[in-house]
Amino acid sequence: MRHGKYPFIIGFLVVPVALYVTFVVWAYIQAFYLSVYEWSGLGPVENFVGFDNFKKMWDDTTFWQSIKHNIFLLVFLPIITVVLALIFAFLLNVGGGQKGGVIRGVWGSKVYRIIFFFPQLLALAIVAVIFGRVFGPDKSGMINGLFPDSWSPWLFLADERYAMGCILVVLVWQAVGFYVVLFSAGMGNIPTEVYEAAAIDGASRVTLFFKITIPLLWNTVQVAWVYLGIAAFDAFALVNIMTVDRGGPDGATSVLSLMIYRNAFEFSQAGYASALGVVLFFLTLTFAWVTLSATRRESVEA
Amino acid sequence: MTDIFPKPELDRRTLLRRAAAVGLLATPAVGMLSACVGSSDEGTPDQATGTKSADNPLGIDPKAGVEIVIFNGGLGTDYATKVDTPLFNKKWPEAKVTYSQTEEISTVIQPRINGGNPPDMINNSGSKLMDFGAIVKAGQAAELTDLFAAPSLDIQGKTVADTLVPGAIEQGSYDGKPFAVNYAYTVFGLWYNAALFKKNSWTPPTTWAEFTALCDKMKAAGVVPFGYAGANASYYMVRAIMTSAGKIGSEQVLKDIDNLKAGAWTNDAVKQAAEAWAGIGKNYINKTFLGLRHTEVQLQQNQDKVGFYPCGSWLENEQAKDTPAGFEYAIAAYPSVTAADKLPATAINAAAGEIYFAAAKGKNPQGGKEYLRTMLSKEAALEFTKLTKSLTVVAGASDGQTISPGLTSANDAVTKAGKDIFMGYLFDTWYKKLDDESRAAANDLMFKDYDAAKFCDRMEKASQAVAKDSSVTKFTRS
Repeated sequence: MRHGKYPFIIGFLVVPVALYVTFVVWAYIQAFYLSVYEWSGLGPVENFVGFDNFKKMWDDTTFWQSIKHNIFLLVFLPIITVVLALIFAFLLNVGGGQKGGVIRGVWGSKVYRIIFFFPQLLALAIVAVIFGRVFGPDKSGMINGLFPDSWSPWLFLADERYAMGCILVVLVWQAVGFYVVLFSAGMGNIPTEVYEAAAIDGASRVTLFFKITIPLLWNTVQVAWVYLGIAAFDAFALVNIMTVDRGGPDGATSVLSLMIYRNAFEFSQAGYASALGVVLFFLTLTFAWVTLSATRRESVEA
Repeated sequence: MTDIFPKPELDRRTLLRRAAAVGLLATPAVGMLSACVGSSDEGTPDQATGTKSADNPLGIDPKAGVEIVIFNGGLGTDYATKVDTPLFNKKWPEAKVTYSQTEEISTVIQPRINGGNPPDMINNSGSKLMDFGAIVKAGQAAELTDLFAAPSLDIQGKTVADTLVPGAIEQGSYDGKPFAVNYAYTVFGLWYNAALFKKNSWTPPTTWAEFTALCDKMKAAGVVPFGYAGANASYYMVRAIMTSAGKIGSEQVLKDIDNLKAGAWTNDAVKQAAEAWAGIGKNYINKTFLGLRHTEVQLQQNQDKVGFYPCGSWLENEQAKDTPAGFEYAIAAYPSVTAADKLPATAINAAAGEIYFAAAKGKNPQGGKEYLRTMLSKEAALEFTKLTKSLTVVAGASDGQTISPGLTSANDAVTKAGKDIFMGYLFDTWYKKLDDESRAAANDLMFKDYDAAKFCDRMEKASQAVAKDSSVTKFTRS
């Protein structure tokens, strides 16, 4: 068998590696290359400008606004999603207490599991359109429609104070289901003996959650955190479809990914857009690195 | 959900590496979506040509195929498939027309241009239209001087240029050379339901005092007097403000704005216009419109919940499906802001729009131009108007035709305005970034702070920033 090992492995790898190199690595190299050129997105790339694109970025208020919004998402999206997902996963798996010697979830947890996963099955564009209606600023909007007629309608996305919050709500709504599943799987790996032992010692559900579930699930939570952080650097589809004036009102929901898109394909500043992409690349790397080093702690082996 | 993930061994490293890969995909998107960076300087492919003659003024190869791409939007595509292509083939039966349509022009066309394989004639329109200034700058649009100098297809003794309304060629010219046919002739103004007005004996205003008085009456009758959709149609409002500024201070005000002249936005005319409109925003608009889309507000107008709606003459066709029986679209010129306005109250902003161009580096650019010549024939223009309820730049092509109330009203407005028709402004197509800023600024002005001075200062700053930005290709008009 041994002599056939390498051709076998190479045979499997050729296609994915070729695709990866063409559509990811090569595209990266192009983005880095373009970021030091002034290029409209059409015609030959000729005008080398060095770091001018980055200098321009430094002076661009929309850039700083977008960074601010990405950081807002970066802070709140992981924390809210992880906390909600942990609570739901705990309730679904352990929250029902013991019955006949078996740890189980709350009543009806099998149905809830499926319901929680629904948002994950919808394309993001559809989610955006649906929530565009949920947050409709007049009586035709779902939430405003529920309010009594005498209330003046909430503007939601049309109010720069709440617009970013609306985006966050949708991102959380969409993400929670997946992490419930992820954490449930993690919890499935925790031996029931541990829970039983703790329960016999008289631990309450809250104690079980904090003293057993969280420590034994730490690796999974960490992974979730990085995933969600990276999702917070994106948010393109929602902002592009849902918001007023795409990224508005008045830049109140602009994010880096939207800026890249608009500069590349609408403002004919593909060079500048690539520079933004390069910055986003390093931001994402930095975030992943910081998260990993900050959360590195001895994991408890189950 | 342990049945979906049966006992997963969560290998932290692998998962994180995968997670990072997902996030990083955003970066190379630019390079990928534009496709084949820099491959367009490899020269042009062999292009089809024929011998020029009186019958073939553009010298096309009668047997070479022509590929056209039409934007499928408010105007539909029937005019191309049912009118223009049959007409073209009547004259050139052996030239095969390859037709396709798209709702996203840049997504389909930009990679093809960069790949050196563009279609021959392109309708650059819609919300995903390509920055045409950049296309011209990159040498991707064929110069149309020979097209406009060629004889008209069916108007005897005139060149194509002679048959067009004034300003039509200028609108598609960059630094004095024509590169685009702006085919549809759009009349801008305040749209209203003539039937509703008749019922309430309201008359369209000519002065600002009459305008606000009528707005009060509408408000009393439970109709929102004025509205536009802030979520995606704030440029309708920009046009309203700019038109008023143009009427106060003449078209020169708008030319200065287009030419990025310092102080152009802080000009008194712009200030007065912004102030007047801010007053309308403060008192007569529905605040929720900031979060609505154009079709939603237009639908409310169709339900007689909104009085005036600032828009171009495509509106009637766009709303055709939703317009109830008895609703009669009509257009009013924007009322004079002051008694000292340089242009009369009847003056209107009417402009050629909808860019059609021949790709310079396609297989058959002359064929693309010949297709444009076909579109500019009187017969094609009349059929276009009948199908789309939109006028064309072919002067008088639909005179004497009764097609629809909105179109008749627009035609009347043009007649009443006489020589006081102005083309408006081009900064929105020349400088997309400035366009973007103006939309946000208009929304702030009309929905949030009603601060005319802030509007002017903000636009002035943005305009000067564009003027100083060497990466933006500049254009001028006179």
